Amino acid sequence: MTTLTMAAAINAGLRKAMERDPKVVLMGEDIGVLGGVFRVTDGLHKDFGGDRVRDTPLAESGIVGTAIGMAMRGYRPVCEIQFDGFIFPAFSQITTQLAKMHYRAQGNITLPVTIRVPFAGNIGAIEHHSESPEGYFTHTPGLRVAAPATPEDGFTMIQQAIACPDPVIFFEPKARYWDKADVDLDAPFDEAKATTGMSRARIVRQGDDATIVAYGPTVRLALQVAQVSEEEGSSVEVIDLRSLSPLDHQTVVRSVKKTGRCVIVHEAPSAFGVGAEIAARVTEEAFFHLEAPVLRVGGFFMPYPGSKFEHDYLPSVDRLLDAVDRVLAH
Amino acid sequence: MDAHGPLSDNGVVRLLTHTGDRLEHPEYSPFAQDLDFAALRAMWREMVIVRAFDTEATSLQRQGELGLWVAALGQEAAQIGSGHALTDRDWVFPSYREHGVAYLRGVDLADILRTFRGLEHSSWVPNEHNFHLYTLVIGAHTLHATGYAMAMDWDGLVGSGRPDHDAAVICYFGDGATSEGDTNEALVFAAVNNAPIVFFCQNNQYAISEPTTRQSKVALAQRASGVGIPGVRVDGNDVLASYAVTRQALERARSGGGPTFIEALTYRMAAHTTSDDPTRYRTRDEEDYWRERDPIARLTAYLERAGELPQAFQEEVRAEGKELATRARIRLKESVRAPARDMFDHVYAEPHATVDSERAWYERYEESFVDAEGSHR
Repeated sequence: MTTLTMAAAINAGLRKAMERDPKVVLMGEDIGVLGGVFRVTDGLHKDFGGDRVRDTPLAESGIVGTAIGMAMRGYRPVCEIQFDGFIFPAFSQITTQLAKMHYRAQGNITLPVTIRVPFAGNIGAIEHHSESPEGYFTHTPGLRVAAPATPEDGFTMIQQAIACPDPVIFFEPKARYWDKADVDLDAPFDEAKATTGMSRARIVRQGDDATIVAYGPTVRLALQVAQVSEEEGSSVEVIDLRSLSPLDHQTVVRSVKKTGRCVIVHEAPSAFGVGAEIAARVTEEAFFHLEAPVLRVGGFFMPYPGSKFEHDYLPSVDRLLDAVDRVLAH
Repeated sequence: MDAHGPLSDNGVVRLLTHTGDRLEHPEYSPFAQDLDFAALRAMWREMVIVRAFDTEATSLQRQGELGLWVAALGQEAAQIGSGHALTDRDWVFPSYREHGVAYLRGVDLADILRTFRGLEHSSWVPNEHNFHLYTLVIGAHTLHATGYAMAMDWDGLVGSGRPDHDAAVICYFGDGATSEGDTNEALVFAAVNNAPIVFFCQNNQYAISEPTTRQSKVALAQRASGVGIPGVRVDGNDVLASYAVTRQALERARSGGGPTFIEALTYRMAAHTTSDDPTRYRTRDEEDYWRERDPIARLTAYLERAGELPQAFQEEVRAEGKELATRARIRLKESVRAPARDMFDHVYAEPHATVDSERAWYERYEESFVDAEGSHR
């Protein structure tokens, strides 16, 4: 076991993937000599060279578009989009090309492209650097969407994403980059189980009275709230979704059938978000087990505000606790 | 016509005039030297057959058999000329009007109609022809082509000096695509990576209704100088010149000399698609002017004058064109749509829970219409 930050764990996962498969190529802005603005690719340029850790022109559509061509020739490009808010120039390539190519080609083309996106807020950043655009991509058939919440998952899931034959949008919660945990760098890696491995949700805390569903940056928040709830006498289960597409709704439904209450928390605006999908699933499949309405705690329906407002804008312990208290009141 | 604008004749490489007279060009004539009369007859044949098919496809759309048809009428020389410069190892990234190039790559044109009937999104396997799928999002494929070319370079397919080994990419797009961000990003990526790629712009003068003057103040080939790669303008209705400039550019790319931007000046003789009405935005006079510059007519004139296009050959080729048209019509009418449940296939390469559960639901739903006797209600 090695104690690593999430940034270092993802870095270690990238290194493993590059060692395992010479076709893995990293590309993005400032990922080479600089090591990426969050240093997630630190040292990889030195060890693998500029041909495999490529600084690209400042053109996000170009990054994803050329990656598609490279994947068609058998490479496994791992693109870094420097910040969440800068993914939109690549939106057309991702949604009209990357997501659809396998389908359009009737399976004759596979595009194992991974797009890494540092996402979400809470780091005091300026505009366009704190957004949670995952809903755009979960709504797009043909893409897989994943978000690790811990260093262990950062290490394992990035390798799984790269090994997966489908395109994966890999959202890295940037506020969690500096969280530390023990990571088993020698854990065996089963390429054949990569896709199923990263598609499963994880129950990170058992409970009986209510379920909090979280992913990425809000998993830690959910655990804090569960702790406070326990001190107040309630037993709250916490689920880390890990994968947003596919959604492991069965794990959620099973949990809600047990607890009868469900609160979903994410930083993206609640309206039309991942939480809405979960609420619909729970209503369809666990309706008669529900003791309370399904609640969502998320960002408000507005552009991400100035960072001096973000602690009021983002889901907080108090807001999440309030929602848990409201479902427990039923 | 503006002497310097996007439709000027400035610096246009031409080896065959519209009246069918040969011209010499110090730089490009050598690249057409290998085109003897037999080769030119072969090109004439291909142009005539592709046009026959194209005309049939337009009729099929008019008769309600196709949702849409995108005619290549008038662009046969640009496509057949450039396509002839390719080897089997080269890779083609077409837009959606390159039926002539598709034909040269061995794609059965009769199959292409399945796409335009709405039966499927692609009707050939790209790897079998080194011919990528058609891309309808304007300019999007220029980046795929560039990435593919970069990867060819990584794979050591460039600059070995062995003609049986080296390869390059050619990417087709239109005048409208030169305004797209993706095309400009592709030029940047290709240039800084010295990618083995030829950007082949068919300037057919219209992006649906918008003339090239809405896309550019200068000749489109000048876009090349901004990224530091060679740009060349060619008469796209001249099959010899289209061949020669493409051959030079491909040889440069294969040998490690990097990308080239070719602007083939041509004219979209038909509507943009069968849904378009060009009478709303261009004049009969203009169409007449370009009809006189028909790419097939000028090659016919040249070959006939040389006594190299026997009547019997012409009839034979026209019969062949008709045969393809008839076969395409019959095949299309006999085509059968796959069962609805097949639309759930190939969304992902590996199983995805949402697709799987929706497919399962759909199958149960379909089953619910089957009565006790086993027939659909």
